Amino acid sequence: MTARLAGRLVLLAAGVAGVGALLVVGFGALPSFGDVQHGYGVRAVAASLAHRAANTVGSVTFDQRAFDTMGEELIMFAAATSAVMLLRRMRDEEEQQARHDYGGEDVFGALRLTGAAFLPITLLVGCYVIAHGHLSPGGGFQGGVVLATGMHLAYLAGDYRVLERLRPSSLLDIAESGAVAGFLAVGLIGMGLTGSFLDNWVPLGTFGDLLSAGTVPILNGLVGIEVGAALVLLVARFLDQALLIRQEGEDA
Amino acid sequence: MNGVVLVILFAAVVVLSTATAFTRDPGRQALVFGGYGLVLGVIMLALQAPDVALSQITVGAAIVPLIVLLTVMKCNRILAQHRKDQHREGG
Amino acid sequence: MLDAVLAWLPYAVAGWVLLVGCVGIVVSNNYVHAVVCLAVVQSATYLLLLAIGWEPHATAPVFGDISTKARVVDPVVQAMTLTDVVVGATVTALLLALTVQLAKRHGTLDPDEVRSLESDQDDHG
Repeated sequence: MTARLAGRLVLLAAGVAGVGALLVVGFGALPSFGDVQHGYGVRAVAASLAHRAANTVGSVTFDQRAFDTMGEELIMFAAATSAVMLLRRMRDEEEQQARHDYGGEDVFGALRLTGAAFLPITLLVGCYVIAHGHLSPGGGFQGGVVLATGMHLAYLAGDYRVLERLRPSSLLDIAESGAVAGFLAVGLIGMGLTGSFLDNWVPLGTFGDLLSAGTVPILNGLVGIEVGAALVLLVARFLDQALLIRQEGEDA
Repeated sequence: MNGVVLVILFAAVVVLSTATAFTRDPGRQALVFGGYGLVLGVIMLALQAPDVALSQITVGAAIVPLIVLLTVMKCNRILAQHRKDQHREGG
Repeated sequence: MLDAVLAWLPYAVAGWVLLVGCVGIVVSNNYVHAVVCLAVVQSATYLLLLAIGWEPHATAPVFGDISTKARVVDPVVQAMTLTDVVVGATVTALLLALTVQLAKRHGTLDPDEVRSLESDQDDHG
């Protein structure tokens, strides 16, 4: 063991002991697990029902704490954009053409068929999860992830070219930025109509209907587009880096 | 009954999080991390949080392990190439 | 007995996950490994938040099929966790993208071998 590593481990032990002690003190003052006092929870449920949203979590995310969600969305947008930029093809790198033909015969027929059959189903499920986010568990964040995963089932099915056609990068870029701008626009319209940013300004509708809860389904849809587009672009860049892009002089 | 299930799930979280932190090989770590993400998703279901469980299972058990594996593939090739370049320069 | 253990177990597990992730980062000799350990550290917050919101004999805070008077677990902590799961994954992806750049420019993933932020590979950088 080098002196450097030994010193590091001593520091680590001190840090772990200190943070551990703080955690014990802090957790000791928390109500015990299963405590039934939830001041915020009770108020959030009442506020959600008042805005006719059946899924309270969706209402908290996109109505009561929509400003916070906008911040999260912007973090996500910034992180995804930077990652995509870092992973783009550099000047000294080349894309390997041969791998574009990956697929077809390389993959078992049954796997291809399963992938092809599941692709439309997962895309449909993703849209359903987004659209019913204010009624049942789900919403923009989850549905967007399902959409992105579904797109890549096409890759599992072994057809990189199908995937490339399915994810026109420029269109996804526009969709991603457009969804973020749309979120801001919904907030600004709310500010114009009601006087406060991201306030609920759409008619609330009937409790339990597809069109209810005011702005919640709209924001769910926008976040779903943003999350889906961002993740598809991200995974696509990682796939390109791992499978296609070679540095100059690198063997295939 | 419910309590027993929760204790078992929390024990699984402890085991798998520890295993993730101490699996040195990143490729294998990605798989352990995927298992950990799946158990986290199940515990979220047990804690009556289906919304969170849905995103945790898709993200933690599928997307993140996938991009970690792709990163490992890419980095291994870069490092192999780098070693070959150095060898050529040295010899 | 079981209830007495369960009263503190989730907090202890959350603390353990936080610390074991930190230890993993410190002893790591590979940046990809360190990034995954950071994701483990982050998951401690999910456990803590959901544990605070849980209560026995309450259902999920979704009033699709249940009476609006039913007792539900705290939806506020769930909303906080929900966004964090997805956003955290993107931040992990950003860190992994930086890791790929590091491998390209320095030819190593070992934190101890990376000396400066300048490129070691003039012919490639």
